[in-house]
Amino acid sequence: MALNNYCLVCGGTGCESSKSDEIYKKLKEHAEKAGISKQVQIVKTGCFGFCEKGPIVKILPDESFYVEVKPSDAEQIVNEHLVKGRPVHSLLYKTSDQVAAKSEADIKFYQKQVRIVLRNCGIIDPENVQEYISRDGYAALEKVLFEMTPEQVIDELKKSGLRGRGGAGFPTWLKWSSTRKTPADQRYVICNADEGDPGAYMDRSTLEGDPHSVLEAMTIAGYAQGATKGFIYIRAEYPLAIHRLEVAMKQSREMGLLGKNILGSGFDFDVEIRLGAGAFVCGEETALMQSIEGKRGMPVPKPPFPSESGLWGKPTSINNVETYANVPVIILKGGDWFASIGTATSKGTKVFALTGAINNSGLVEVPMGTTLREIVYDIGGGIKGGRAFKAVQSGGPSGGVLSAEFLDTPIDYESLTKLGSMMGSGGLIVMSEDDCIVDVVRFYLEFSVEESCGKCAPCRIGGRKLLNLIEKVTKGNATLEDIDTMRQISFAMQRASLCMLGGTTPNPVLSTLKYFEKEYMAHIVDKKCPAGKCKDLVTYSIDQEKCIGCTVCARKCPQNCIAGERKLPHEIDQSRCIKCGACYEACKFGAVLVS
Amino acid sequence: MTLQELRTMREAGKKAMERRIVEGKTIEIVVGMGTCGIAAGAKETLDAFVDELTSKDVKNVVIKQTGCMGFCHSEPTVEVHMDGMPDIIYGNVDVETARQIVHSHILEKRLVDKHVFDRPAKDIVKEK
Ligand SMILES: Cc1cc2nc3c(=O)[nH]c(=O)nc-3n(C[C@H](O)[C@H](O)[C@H](O)COP(=O)(O)O)c2cc1C
Ligand code: SF4
Ligand code: SF4
Ligand code: SF4
Ligand code: FES
Repeated sequence: MALNNYCLVCGGTGCESSKSDEIYKKLKEHAEKAGISKQVQIVKTGCFGFCEKGPIVKILPDESFYVEVKPSDAEQIVNEHLVKGRPVHSLLYKTSDQVAAKSEADIKFYQKQVRIVLRNCGIIDPENVQEYISRDGYAALEKVLFEMTPEQVIDELKKSGLRGRGGAGFPTWLKWSSTRKTPADQRYVICNADEGDPGAYMDRSTLEGDPHSVLEAMTIAGYAQGATKGFIYIRAEYPLAIHRLEVAMKQSREMGLLGKNILGSGFDFDVEIRLGAGAFVCGEETALMQSIEGKRGMPVPKPPFPSESGLWGKPTSINNVETYANVPVIILKGGDWFASIGTATSKGTKVFALTGAINNSGLVEVPMGTTLREIVYDIGGGIKGGRAFKAVQSGGPSGGVLSAEFLDTPIDYESLTKLGSMMGSGGLIVMSEDDCIVDVVRFYLEFSVEESCGKCAPCRIGGRKLLNLIEKVTKGNATLEDIDTMRQISFAMQRASLCMLGGTTPNPVLSTLKYFEKEYMAHIVDKKCPAGKCKDLVTYSIDQEKCIGCTVCARKCPQNCIAGERKLPHEIDQSRCIKCGACYEACKFGAVLVS
Repeated sequence: MTLQELRTMREAGKKAMERRIVEGKTIEIVVGMGTCGIAAGAKETLDAFVDELTSKDVKNVVIKQTGCMGFCHSEPTVEVHMDGMPDIIYGNVDVETARQIVHSHILEKRLVDKHVFDRPAKDIVKEK
């Protein structure tokens, strides 16, 4: 009998951590019991992107989009929906006006997205190569091996305008072409899957949801550059992505899609996985290659560039996961097609991991040139709890913070750099009026200082000094001179650091000094933290008029420093208060004041 | 694997995979799968649609199920929505009628008059 339904269960890391695997097994079990296991195909896919609402189960062709599914819901999904064709209303995604979405098309989160990189995520079973192949998988490899010369492949990439998605935005074709042109007996291609930015998980999701797309692209890269060996450098903290890659590599080898004489073309190529220990600096290309060679992962000066002398002194090209994932589509649909999407200088799409004070956090893929406003309000559904928007941080610890006046900036490499931020690898952290900018900068500086390899002085010493100064600001002890000093250190680090870790560490400082100077001044001059985040600058007190003496705060206070009779106004003993904010959270009458 | 084997595998899986993609599908067939519909053979009807569309290689159709449509005496009932045709509800759609709907209604834009349940207007449906 023919298949009637597909039941797609998200098997991304986010949903797996909330039991999607159990849901998957239960669905299979109940389908078996109901005697419909032949009519329904239950598939575990990669991330759907809408991780905020996970675990997600999608029924096709009805397009029912079930969110926050629990293993105990499996029975109802099978017996009601799959057997009787009646969608389980209570599990359907509800739009902002509480209407159940009939399909993905009704869900605003998806409406402005264009999926090239994530084309197979949430559609195919990543552990089944046949499904990848059925979605035009390995068709680009076929075309390249049998119909194109290496030069033509590089030309197609040139036409497409594809630039590196790992941060710097270097034209991919140029990298490949330089590597190809350096005479050598061996060349290497590397996939950078180190993804160390806090909050970023684009590359992880791509590998988990569609590992073959990266393997296919690396093989194409090998052919175009005359390399027979590839490495995937991935952090050991990504067990699911590693597992899916290993499964994919095994299948590809068995099918002759990796290894000797691929598809009978005479071209040999194979890939090896190398695990990283999770140091941020190991994502930097020269440090990464040191690490693959078995040395300590520390950056070395450029030039020579990897395309001249990379891994073991051989010409090497290194690309990011997302950069690779675009390649097969460009080969199949043509460089011109790709170049028709995006802005004048930045083509195609970009995947962002949207997090922070936003209603719909998740993984989103949008055409270059989409504005921050569209991402924050249309896709992201606005700020949590109806709070006011304050800023967006892009580019992780190397990036900057943009204020509300830039919400309508079309996002591409150039526009973000011009504003003192960076495309980076794609983390987008949204902040509301409840977030303190200085505190956020402190977080990123702490991260960069922690991750500095210590090899060069500007980064090692400068970073530490910057952090000390920022901490002074959060404590209300900084002076206006300190701001000047911060600027000077920043400029020195930008110029003199050996690698871009040190070179970009000051970015969060400089961009916030530019766009949020007022907030620094509040900390320095008025000794106040407007968002109430910097503990040393906050006092909690109880409004004697509003307090009805319900005693709730006194019971919640970990210091036991709130006193008062029942039904009479309470008071805080400031000398013992540790500013934990528990009383503020607890009071239902708005009687606890923060200042 | 040879090139030919790869191509064969791709073609073999493609049709099934296309059913997972909803983008660009403009024609909708909705089969009533309430208890009464199922008792009247709605499952077989649904299978016939899937089978016929697959074998005729019609790609832009999405088949959905719904609960009881309230026409229990004429089950299985099927709704068809497509551009250039009025929205039609067909009644008593057995396997043979399902195949006919694919041939006439979807491929040739001709109504399957005998089974039109919710008659849209006299001028569209020929009286027999
Ligand atoms: C401190 C530091 C960390 C980096 N981490 C990553 C990373 O995790 N993933 C990545 O793809 N690129 C990372 N990069 C950029 C790489 O050095 C390199 O530019 C990139 O992998 C090139 O690939 P692309 O051209 O496809 O973007 C990092 C750079 C620096 C300076
Ligand atoms: S800039 Fe920082 S991370 Fe880079 S080499 Fe110098 S000390 Fe190491
Ligand atoms: S802020 Fe914390 S420690 Fe201070 S009074 Fe409130 S609950 Fe007690
Ligand atoms: S919770 Fe609010 S109202 Fe109740 S005693 Fe504390 S301050 Fe007063
Ligand atoms: S992990 Fe399930 S939607 Fe992202």
